[in-house]
Amino acid sequence: MSERTITVNALARVEGEGALHVRLRGDDVEIVEFRIFEPPRFFEGLLQGREATEAPDITSRICGICPVAYITSACQAVEQAWGTDIPPEIAALRRLIYCGEWIQSHVLHAAMLHAPDYLGLRDIIEISEVEPELVTTALRLKKLGNDIMEVIGGRAVHPVNTRVGGFFRAPDRAAISALLPELEWGIGAARTLALRFAEFDFPDDRGDYTFVAMVHPQVYPIEAGRIGSSRGLDIPVSDFHDHFTEEQVVRSTALHGRMRDGAAYLVGPLARYALNRDHLGPTVLKTAQDCGVAEVECNPFRSILVRMLEVQYACEEALRLAGAYVPPDPPAAEVHPRAGIGQGCTEAPRGICHHRYRIDAKGRIVSATIVPPTSQNQPQIEADLKRVIRASRGLDDTALRLRCEQVIRNHDPCISCATHFLDLSVDRG
Amino acid sequence: MTPASLVRRISSTCRWIVADRRLVIGFGNAMRRDDGVGPWIATRLADGGLRARVWSADGMGLIWIFGTETNLTLIDATRSGSAPGSIVRFDAIKTSLPRPLFHNSTHEFGLAEAVETARRLGRLPDRLEVIGIEGADFTARAGLSAEVARAASAVVAELTQAVR
Repeated sequence: MSERTITVNALARVEGEGALHVRLRGDDVEIVEFRIFEPPRFFEGLLQGREATEAPDITSRICGICPVAYITSACQAVEQAWGTDIPPEIAALRRLIYCGEWIQSHVLHAAMLHAPDYLGLRDIIEISEVEPELVTTALRLKKLGNDIMEVIGGRAVHPVNTRVGGFFRAPDRAAISALLPELEWGIGAARTLALRFAEFDFPDDRGDYTFVAMVHPQVYPIEAGRIGSSRGLDIPVSDFHDHFTEEQVVRSTALHGRMRDGAAYLVGPLARYALNRDHLGPTVLKTAQDCGVAEVECNPFRSILVRMLEVQYACEEALRLAGAYVPPDPPAAEVHPRAGIGQGCTEAPRGICHHRYRIDAKGRIVSATIVPPTSQNQPQIEADLKRVIRASRGLDDTALRLRCEQVIRNHDPCISCATHFLDLSVDRG
Repeated sequence: MTPASLVRRISSTCRWIVADRRLVIGFGNAMRRDDGVGPWIATRLADGGLRARVWSADGMGLIWIFGTETNLTLIDATRSGSAPGSIVRFDAIKTSLPRPLFHNSTHEFGLAEAVETARRLGRLPDRLEVIGIEGADFTARAGLSAEVARAASAVVAELTQAVR
């Protein structure tokens, strides 16, 4: 019986450092190991003994692409522990800066890291030669996201104006208003890119997913809601650890997230879209229809389209929030440190990011547990790899290696967050 | 000097000042030892009143700045195996940048990728000088190694003199 081994020693176009090892024996896929070898970063240990008010700034350093996700989840966890009520103006400003993060992160991945897979090109430099308009539009959209983060957060990477309770300073009304024309442009630009990406020749695939995302009765969830699943789960954020767990595996410095019954699950754009599609609004749903995105999209290769739908939504939502902006006064709610346990959860671009802190009476963190999206998606990514390799085993090693890398990029893994890509080895025996 | 010739002379001088209004961008991460050499230089030039700024975000955002400036100098750390503190210079309008030399970037999109993407998009400024300084230590700490600090000080002095 023939055996094949496929090895990718360093995954490209993902955030962080990982590898893949696959062994095929005949028609059987014996081993699929998505290996994360980026060193552990010990953020949860670093938080112990620190002031809880420092948690947003410390945890934002976990990721340069999605710092707002860490900041917001950390703020929420501390605020829940301390019983802090957040006024609607502050909540709106948090949602607005989060829209900026979704725009820049999604455009970075969709146009610059994921699109080359479907264009048969190596990177954005090669796309610039054949489709300069696509690249120019994507760069301008990404800049828009960064500008939102800079205006509100003080800088585009690792914002410094955010704090437990709200913000250090409320942005000027004029600075927020100045974003409006570009946001109006962004809505159309995101649709244009989505329609272009819809022309790609996507591989046929269908995952049998348990989608897990935040759910909200009124709006598409970003920074608020409960946690729901496509199999009927509907729980408050504070019950997360009653239903989900993490396990250590030898091949990965990142923990693997699973449901308590051991099942893999998927977080991120496909899950959010499946559980909250009706809240996207008519113009985004028109784009979804024109792009041929199913009401529940189970082909992970088409996740690039859902990311662009979310970019269009984020532009629309940011336009609405910026147009209605009222500077919060004071810019932060008063906080009163006390002993307690608090939990926060928000929708990072790659999926739910959950924080749980135990805080002592002096306001210091006793213990912290942070569950980032990529940790949660690792078992499902390996399940996707098995399914796709089984369907693609007729490909030669080079083509199979590329297909495997695409499977991983479908979920925009942030390895730096999870340990925080891909060195693939395929063993065909 | 007639009023008309005076106006012509002032106008000509203003055009020269605008055309020569160089912006220096120091690219890198100041918390990665010698990767912070660009920010170290830009900070000192800015403190001295020159047009200079630090760029610690990904390289893509630089492409927009390229399109809004006429005269740019970019400074980044290199990792080529040459002696620490070695300085290399490129006229990036005439020469493509060697990507492996300037690859101290997360997300595989650093200074060289930004320049080469901008070149294909027709967004390069009229003048674009790239200065690379060979680093010795890229571990997670602040501050420059001794050889790199000496090279950085020389570049600060040179650019200060050139602009003035």
